[in-house]
Amino acid sequence: MTTIQHETNREAMLSKLADLEAEHARAVAGGGPKYVDRHHARGKLLPRERIELLVDPGSAFLELSPLAGWGSDFTVGASVVTGIGVVEGVECLITANDPSVKGGASNPWTVKKIFRASQVAEENNLPTISLVESGGADLPTQKEIFIPGGRLFRDLTRASARKQPTVALVFGNSTAGGAYVPGMSDYTVMVKGQAQVFLGGPPLVKMATGEEADEESLGGASMHARISGLADYLAEDELDAIRIGRRIVARLNRRRARSEPVPPFVEPDGDVEGLLDLVPADLKEPFDPREVIVRICDGAGPGNARPFDEFKPLYGPSLVTGWSRIHGRPIGILANAQGVLFSEEAQKATQFIQLANQADTPLLFLHNTTGYMVGAEYEQGGIIKHGAQMINAVSNSTVPHLSVVMGASYGAGNYGMNGRAFDPRFLFTWPSAKSAVMGPAQLAGVLSIVARAAAEGRGQDYDEEGDAQLRDMVEASVEEQSLPFFLSGMLYDDGVLDPRDTRTVLAICLSVIENAPFTGAGGYGVFRT
Amino acid sequence: MTSTIRRLLVANRAEVASRVFRTCRELGIETVAVHSDADAGLPYVREADFAVRLPGSAPAETYLRDDLVVGAARRAAADAVHPGYGFLAENADFARAVLDAGLTWIGPAPASIEAMGSKVRAKQLMRAAGVPVLEVVDPPASADLPLIVKASAGGGGRGMRIVEDLDRLDEEIAAARAEAESAFGDGTVFVEPYLPSARHVEVQVLGCPDGTVVVLGDRDCSVQRRHQKVVEEAPAPGLGSEVRAALHEAARTAALTVGYLGAGTVEFLYDPATTRFFFLEMNTRLQVEHPVTELVLGVDLVALQLAVAEGRSCAPRRPMDRAQAHDPSGHAIEVRLYAEDPAAAYTPQSGTLTTFEIPDGPGLRVDAGYESGSVVSTYYDAMLAKVIVHAESRDQAARTLAGVLARARIHGLTTNRDQLVAVLRDPDFLAGHVSTAFLEQHPPTPARPAGDHAVAAALALAECERLTRTVQQRIPVAWRNVVSQPQTTRFDLDTVEWWGGRDGYAVDGLAVVAAHPASVTLERDGVATTYAVSIAGDRVDVDAVTGHVALTVLPRFTDPAETVASGSLLAPMPGTVVSVAVEQGQTVVAGAPVLVLEAMKMQHTVRAPGPGTVTRLDVRPGAQVAAGQVLAVVEETE
Repeated sequence: MTTIQHETNREAMLSKLADLEAEHARAVAGGGPKYVDRHHARGKLLPRERIELLVDPGSAFLELSPLAGWGSDFTVGASVVTGIGVVEGVECLITANDPSVKGGASNPWTVKKIFRASQVAEENNLPTISLVESGGADLPTQKEIFIPGGRLFRDLTRASARKQPTVALVFGNSTAGGAYVPGMSDYTVMVKGQAQVFLGGPPLVKMATGEEADEESLGGASMHARISGLADYLAEDELDAIRIGRRIVARLNRRRARSEPVPPFVEPDGDVEGLLDLVPADLKEPFDPREVIVRICDGAGPGNARPFDEFKPLYGPSLVTGWSRIHGRPIGILANAQGVLFSEEAQKATQFIQLANQADTPLLFLHNTTGYMVGAEYEQGGIIKHGAQMINAVSNSTVPHLSVVMGASYGAGNYGMNGRAFDPRFLFTWPSAKSAVMGPAQLAGVLSIVARAAAEGRGQDYDEEGDAQLRDMVEASVEEQSLPFFLSGMLYDDGVLDPRDTRTVLAICLSVIENAPFTGAGGYGVFRT
Repeated sequence: MTSTIRRLLVANRAEVASRVFRTCRELGIETVAVHSDADAGLPYVREADFAVRLPGSAPAETYLRDDLVVGAARRAAADAVHPGYGFLAENADFARAVLDAGLTWIGPAPASIEAMGSKVRAKQLMRAAGVPVLEVVDPPASADLPLIVKASAGGGGRGMRIVEDLDRLDEEIAAARAEAESAFGDGTVFVEPYLPSARHVEVQVLGCPDGTVVVLGDRDCSVQRRHQKVVEEAPAPGLGSEVRAALHEAARTAALTVGYLGAGTVEFLYDPATTRFFFLEMNTRLQVEHPVTELVLGVDLVALQLAVAEGRSCAPRRPMDRAQAHDPSGHAIEVRLYAEDPAAAYTPQSGTLTTFEIPDGPGLRVDAGYESGSVVSTYYDAMLAKVIVHAESRDQAARTLAGVLARARIHGLTTNRDQLVAVLRDPDFLAGHVSTAFLEQHPPTPARPAGDHAVAAALALAECERLTRTVQQRIPVAWRNVVSQPQTTRFDLDTVEWWGGRDGYAVDGLAVVAAHPASVTLERDGVATTYAVSIAGDRVDVDAVTGHVALTVLPRFTDPAETVASGSLLAPMPGTVVSVAVEQGQTVVAGAPVLVLEAMKMQHTVRAPGPGTVTRLDVRPGAQVAAGQVLAVVEETE
C-alpha cells in the first residue's frame, strides 16, 4: 500500500474512533447531568466510580457491551455496567446498575447485557460481584423482560452451584424481583441507610394486606443485618461496602485452573500505531492480516524466535493460519487475507483448528471475509461440504476462541470465522467492521434481481425508478445495520475496540480464560468428505 | 603525673561516642562503648572494640547511672573514661567515682566542675575575678523586663523561661523550678535581664597540666531554638579585634580562676549594639559544636583532651601555633540535624530512619550517630547528626552546607533540614545579623506544597503496584476501554489525579518522561526533572533538587472499627505518661488537664477539648505511648 493510501485509511479510522469515543461518552454520561448530580448530591457514587474503587489500584477494567441498547429507545449502555476487573488479584465479573438512568431500572437490553455477563462468568469460571441499585423492571417493557428475566436469578444460583462465587453489594433499591440478586448471592453486603431490599414496598404491602409498614422495617440494611439475616455484612457507607466486598473476594481462596508463570516476552515487532493505517475505508480492498499479527503478537525474543510461524503458507492463501504468542501465551491464528474463502481455505482451517485442539492451544479469528465463494465451479467443487467442515470444526472445538472483526464479516464466512452464534469466549469489533448476510450493495442488488424476475414472471413492466429507490433504501438500511455500533447495541459483540488496544484486550482475555480448565476436543461432528 | 591510656570507655552514646572513638583509633587506644537496650543497634556500638550493655532504656536507668558506667569500665578493663557531653559529663560525683575507681577521667577536676556547675556561684566567682556578668535581678521590676529565668544547674536550654510580663513571673519561676528539679535534681533558679538581640559567643579554652590556659578561638552559636543551639560557626563573625581579644582574655581568666584542666568553653552573651559582653556560664566538657573549631584551627580537641588527661604537655604542635595567634583558617559552620518538626513547635520525632544519606564533598564533615535503618527512640536527644562544612569564607561555607543538606536523603522521620537550609540561605544570616532570637524572627516557612513531588510519588506507587500484580502483569496500568475518570492517589498533603492506559501515564499540565518505582522524570514547560522516590509502607519520600517532600498515602478504605471515636485524645508525640489528672467517668470542663505527657524532657499537658465526661482512659502514669495513640476519650456533653 502507498503512503497516501495509509493516510486515507488512517483519517477514516481516526474519524470512526472519534465517533466511538463520543458513543462511549454517552454511555458514561448515564442519565445525564441532572440525574448524575442528584445522585451525587445524595452522597452516592456512580457505577463506574464504584467499580474504580472496587478493582485493584492501577489494574485494568475491560468493560463489556458498553454500547448495549445503541440505536434503541433506551439509553446507550442499557443502565448497567458490566466488565472484568481484578479484585484482590482475582479476575472477577462485575456488574453495576446505573441508578442515574431511570433509577437503574432494567429494560430488555439490560437483561440481555447481564445474561451475556453471566455467560462470561460461567465460561471463564469467574466470581461475580453485583453492585446493586435498581428500581427493578422498566414497567412499560415488562412483557419483554419479566418471563426471560427470571434467568438472571437462575444464573446466580447456578453459578453458586458451580462454585463460582457470587457477591452482592447493595447500595440502594433492590426490590421485588431485584431482591433475589442479594437473595441468590453467596455473600450479601448492604449499605446502612441506603439499601432497601424487599419483595413489596409500603404501597404494595398496603394494597395487599392493609399493613402499614415503613421502608426501613420492610427492607432496611440494619433490619436485614440484624433481624432477617439476608445481609451478611452491614456497611457504614458505600466505601465501606466496597471495602467489605474486597475482603470477601480476598478470602474466596480462588485458584486459577492454569497458574504456571507466563514466560517473558517482548512487545510486538510492528508499530502499534500502524494498525490505524491498514484497513481500507472501502472494505472491497483486502489487506494483509500479517501486518496486524506483527502488531498485536509478541515480538521476536528469547523463547519466541519467530513472532509468527505460518502453517500451510502455500495452500489456500486467502486464509492465513499460524502460531504465535500474546503476552507470552500461545495462540493459533486464523485470519482472512483475500476476503473470499474457497474450498482450500475451508479445509486448511479445518485442519488447523484440529491441530490447535490437539495441542490445547486457544484460537484467535481475525475476520475480514466476504464469505464462501459462490459460482457453479465452486458449488461443484464442494464448497458447501468444505465450508461445513470448517463450521463443524469451529463449532466442536473446545479450546477457547477469541474473535476480532477487523473488516468485513459476511455470510457464512461469519459463521466459519467463529461469529457470535458460535460462542467465542470473547468477540470484539474494530470501528471499521461490517457484518451482515452479505454486503449492502450486493443485498440490494439481489433484491432487485429477484423483484425484476418476479415482475417479469407476472409479465409486468419493471418500475425502474422504484427499483432505484428500493435499492438505495435497502442499501442504506443494511449499511446502517451492518455497522459496529448497531451490532454492538444488539449485543452481537462484546464491544468496539480501538485497534491499538487489541493486543491488550486479547491479553486480558487470554488471562481470563485461564481461570477455567480447558482441553482440546476429542470428537467432532461427521466430517463430510 | 602521667599515665598512658590503653583502653577508653565513652560514657555516652551515638554521635559523640563515635567521635571520641575515631580519635582513639587514630591514637591506638582501644575503645569501649556502653549502650542501653534502645541503642543496641546504633553504629557507635559496632564501632567500639568492646560494648557493655546497660539494661533498660530510660536515661535514668542507663547513661545516668554512674555506678553502672563505672562498673562497665571495670568489667571491660578500661583505664579511662570520657564522658562526652550531656548525661554525666558535668557531674562532679561521677568524675569522682571514675577517679576513685582508679581510672583516668577525661575532664577537669571535680572541684572545677562543681565551681562552674552552679550558675549562681559561677557568676559570683566571675564577678570577683573581674569577668563581666549580668547581675541577678532581685526583686524584679517592670523596668527590668524582659527577664529570663534560668536554672542554676541548667544546661541545654532546660529550665529557661523568658518573662515579658511581671504578672506571669511567679508562674514561670514555678515552672522553671519544676523542670529544673525534674531534669537536674536541683530546683534553684535565678532571674536576670533578657537581651533579645544579643548573640551567643563562646571561647574554646584548654587548661594545660602546667597550669596555663590556651585559648583556641571563638565560636558563634546564636541561632537557637528553645535555647538550644542549632547553627554554630567559627570564628564568630563580625567581631572587632579588640572585642575578640577581650573575650579571649576574659575566657582565659575564667578558666584560670577555677584552675581549669582540659577542654572547656566559656560562654558569653554579646550585645552587638554596645559591643559589651557578659559571662553566661562555663561548660566543663567538650562542646557539641567543637568540630567548627577543629576545622578552622586544624586541631583535634579530643586528642588534646587525652593528652592533658595523660598529663602530657599540651604544648602546641604546628597547627596550634596558628591557633595561639588567633588565626583561624577560613570559616566553618555546623548545623545540628534533629529529628523534630519545626512547624509543630519542634516536637521530637521517633521511628525508623529509613534512609540517611548525606552526600560527600570537599570540606564536609559529618558526625552522625545514626545511619539508614536506625531506629530513633523517644528516650534521648533527637539529634541525628552534625553536618559541618569548612570553606574559604563564611558565605561559601553557608552555601556549600545548604547545598549538601538540600541534596541529603533523609527519610522516615521529619527533620529540621528544611529550616537549616532556609537559615543558611537567609540574607540576614549571610549578613551576620544573627541573634538568639533569630529563629523566632525567622519562623519555619510553611511546608512546601507537594506539587510535582506528589505526582512523582503517585506514579512511583502505581509502578510498584504494577510490579506486584499476580495476574495481568503486563497490561498497561489503569487501562480502560471505556474511559470515565482519572485514577486518584490520595496523600496527606495532596491528591493526585492521573490517567493510565495504552500510551502510559498522563497528568494534566505535565509530560511524564519516565516512571519507575524509585525514579520518576516529569517535564513541565519543557524542563524535565527527575524525582527520586522511596516507598516504605504508606510513607513515600520524594527527593529532588527542589527539595524533599514526605507524603503519607491515605488508605483507599478505612475499617470503621479502626477509626477513632470523636472526642478521643491522641498522644501528640511519643513519650511517657507522667500523671493522670482524671478518673474514668469524671466530668471535666473544657481545657481541663486530663494527663501530662513527657517527651524529651518537655512536659505536655493533654486537655479536654470541651466539657464532657471521661468515658475511656487507656493509660496509667509511666505508660510509654506512641504518637497518635488514643489516651482517653472525653464524650462531650450536649
